[in-house]
Amino acid sequence: MAHAYTPGLKVIPCTVLRKRRVLPIPGKVLASEGQEVGATDVVAQTELPGKVFPVNIANRLSVTPDEIPPFLLKKVGDPVKKGEILAENKPFVKWFKTTVESPISGTVDSVSDITGQMLLREPPKVLPLQSYIKGKVVEVHPNFGVTVETEGTFIQGIFGIGGETNGPIAMAVETPDEELTPEHIKAEHKGKIVIGGKHAGLATIKRAIEAGVHAIVVGGIHDRDLRQILGYDIGVAVTGTEKIGVTLIVTEGFGLIPMAEYTFKLLASRNGENASVSGATQIRAGVMRPEIIVPGYPKDVKECKREEGRGWIEPGDPVRIIREPHFGIIGTVLSLPPELTKCASESHVRVLEVQLADGTKLTVPRANIEVLEK
Amino acid sequence: MENKEPQIIIATDCGSTTTKAILIEKKGDTYRQTFRGEAPTTVEAPFEDVTKGVLNAITEVEELSGRKILDGERIITPAKGDVGVDVYVSTSSAGGGLQMMVAGAVKAMTGESAQRCALGAGAIVMDVLASNDGRADHEKIERIRQLRPDMMLLSGGTDGGTVTHVVELAQFLKAADPKPRLGASYKLPVIYAGNNKAQPQIKEILDDRTALIVTENLRPVLERENLMPARHKIHDIFLEHVMQQAPGYPKLMKMVGAPIMPTPAAVGTMTEKFAKANDYNVLAVDIGGATTDVFSVFTGVFNRTVSANLGMSYSISNVMAEAGLPNLLRWLPFDIDEQDLRNRLKNKMIRPTTIPQTVEELQVEHAVSREALRLAFEQHKALAVGLKGVQQERSISDAFDQTASGQSLISLMHLDYIIGSGGILAHSPRRTQSMMMMIDAYQPEGVTMFAVDSIFMMPHLGVLSQISEKAALDVFYHDCLVRLGTCVAPKGLAKEGANILDWELVPEGGKPVSGTLRFGELLHLPFAESKGKLVLKPAKGFDVGAGPGNSREAKCEGGQVGLILDGRGRPFELPKAHARRIAELNKWYKAMEMYPA
Repeated sequence: MAHAYTPGLKVIPCTVLRKRRVLPIPGKVLASEGQEVGATDVVAQTELPGKVFPVNIANRLSVTPDEIPPFLLKKVGDPVKKGEILAENKPFVKWFKTTVESPISGTVDSVSDITGQMLLREPPKVLPLQSYIKGKVVEVHPNFGVTVETEGTFIQGIFGIGGETNGPIAMAVETPDEELTPEHIKAEHKGKIVIGGKHAGLATIKRAIEAGVHAIVVGGIHDRDLRQILGYDIGVAVTGTEKIGVTLIVTEGFGLIPMAEYTFKLLASRNGENASVSGATQIRAGVMRPEIIVPGYPKDVKECKREEGRGWIEPGDPVRIIREPHFGIIGTVLSLPPELTKCASESHVRVLEVQLADGTKLTVPRANIEVLEK
Repeated sequence: MENKEPQIIIATDCGSTTTKAILIEKKGDTYRQTFRGEAPTTVEAPFEDVTKGVLNAITEVEELSGRKILDGERIITPAKGDVGVDVYVSTSSAGGGLQMMVAGAVKAMTGESAQRCALGAGAIVMDVLASNDGRADHEKIERIRQLRPDMMLLSGGTDGGTVTHVVELAQFLKAADPKPRLGASYKLPVIYAGNNKAQPQIKEILDDRTALIVTENLRPVLERENLMPARHKIHDIFLEHVMQQAPGYPKLMKMVGAPIMPTPAAVGTMTEKFAKANDYNVLAVDIGGATTDVFSVFTGVFNRTVSANLGMSYSISNVMAEAGLPNLLRWLPFDIDEQDLRNRLKNKMIRPTTIPQTVEELQVEHAVSREALRLAFEQHKALAVGLKGVQQERSISDAFDQTASGQSLISLMHLDYIIGSGGILAHSPRRTQSMMMMIDAYQPEGVTMFAVDSIFMMPHLGVLSQISEKAALDVFYHDCLVRLGTCVAPKGLAKEGANILDWELVPEGGKPVSGTLRFGELLHLPFAESKGKLVLKPAKGFDVGAGPGNSREAKCEGGQVGLILDGRGRPFELPKAHARRIAELNKWYKAMEMYPA
């Protein structure tokens, strides 16, 4: 049977997931193998070296760099407080005395008689690393972190902003093609993962931030609204560090696009349950998509899938067209002609035939479709 | 190997997504590329071994050519009959290529020299630190800490000059304690190529915290750059440290018959060889999904820049952010709602493998491409400059024509050849589209020839040129370059419809054709012969390379597009009025038969 390879976003009712949770620099692992951990439990911790502040002693005292040692009141390794005197000159007339005060609290890192600079370092900052998902520690990476395993619902979005968060799922609309409006966001949504339909506009996102919503999941957003919220245009899709007060996950794309019914129904089936959510997206080598993870089995599911899906497409598969002129339209694969076909732009490409619900047949480049879960 | 020229060569280029293999065979006196194969690159999980993709690509070449090249995972050398090859060479840009951070004392002097040095070695420059870069000192330290480069190049000061600034930079570097991108366990390689008088201090500061390599100063005196020693060190460290950390590379390094080159370094080498062999001023561009590389050779001086976030898919949205929507919209011969265009571009960014199905979608991509090419070229012109801070001797004749030091080396009037590569230029449905995109983006002046590298073979040929320059050039002329033709663009402005040029084209062995070019007009003549002569008589005030109003004869090349006479003026500006702009665009696109009716 003809089939074609297609990448697809995963929307799986129940699967086995492993998350590698590691520190950026070595530290201490706080969880042990076999331990059950909650989403907000700290599994590893490290100290980030403090920020460094240079102070040009020579300039401030109007001496050459090699002349500074006798004027120093602090030596390498000494603790200093903000405002404390680091160096001072000793003039005959007291009025001409110059002192150099510390701009920060920390320690003296180094002093150079070539540049005349003293480097001060702020105290280290503790960096705790949370488990992010509820599950079991299945591997310990010494000095760096752990791998946590869980079984549950796994849904990938196409694009997101904002970092990791968690909270109970709250369905705010009735259908996947309903707009998520500011009126849908209620006080009770504070700390929750709010699920909308085809779109959330600027006012809705602002309302969600005000209400303390942890995350919004919708089918589409307008790029113009995204620019308004962030204050800049996203140039390259590497996100996850934005701090706008809410994590935003788009499941379908930019524009008004109803959320895929399968995704919507699956989320609805886990309404009220705790989910872990991340908006981090990276569309380059090492692709990363935003995700929603709901640990535990959904109703009517007794066993979780271990396989990754078949990774190709066959006639009968439901697909979504992901490029103009039919962007967002959903249909079923009718056939996969093997020969190259000339499309309207005159490119010669591999195509497939898609049948829509009303019987219309469309011919679309294979690169312009995405397979949907049945 | 020195005594015997290789007869059969296999070359691969390991890109981020695809590994491409080509087979080159000597047929009579000439080397030709005969078969090619490709396979997905296998640097990432689950394979994590680049050689798997290499072997798959070579297997495809084996199947197509009938030549047995592999014995298990070993490449059979030398060639005997239908078995084996004489040499295997490879380039690599997998895993994000070579990422560097550079530092110099003064941004416009040693900072710029260090940047040129790293770019020329094929690196992506993540940031340029300098004592006077406008950032507070603690911000510089934070920046060093945040970025995790593959290696760092530290320069500063002329030999014997002041040591303070470069020592200060070294101290910041030490305080930041930077970590390399790959492999948390090894020390970050730092190349010191600054003031030789500061070497002892630099060693004292950095020796224990970093893997310090000291080499010759890249700017020994203000008047001269000495980039090669530091470039060689970058290449050595790329092979010894960076590649050793990448999955499967230690194995690949044992397979090759010449050192692996970073892909852009190989393309640069090939551009230089081509320019030198023909005595041309050359501009080469490779526009990819994420980045755009620009290479130029002007009066023998090579420069390379990489615009890390200008590209046609992953970075498409950044082109919009940098160029601004009005600049994209100006190339479209139809109306489109701003919100619609924004959403379309973002959708391409998040689904980068989709392709334009309609003419309208194609035109949107071509508009983006023009702006990406233009912006990358602007960045290139800013870096491909003469040395700054150099004292100039002036005579009284310079009194009215004083130029500052550090002028761009790029002169559009003296540019002879433009080579385009990358999907949007190499695979456009019509070749006229590729040529016009480059003409609109670069606005060449006078007489300029165009070609595309249709299957991006320049990396393979660049690395091959280390072993056999003849083989590399033979394949470059015969199999790599697809000649598009020549563009004639008189420099100057006039009223719409005014005669600006009398021209005559004399194709080698063909019938001469002649005519007049009017201002605002775009003429297209089929001209397929590989060589020809142009006789150009510009109107008063218009320049085609011999000065305003002066006639000129010039060599030219025909190709798949032919001759384009561009009477739109230089500097070229699109009409400001909306309706007129659309009418003009449609007129030009029609004249060039760019799109289906």
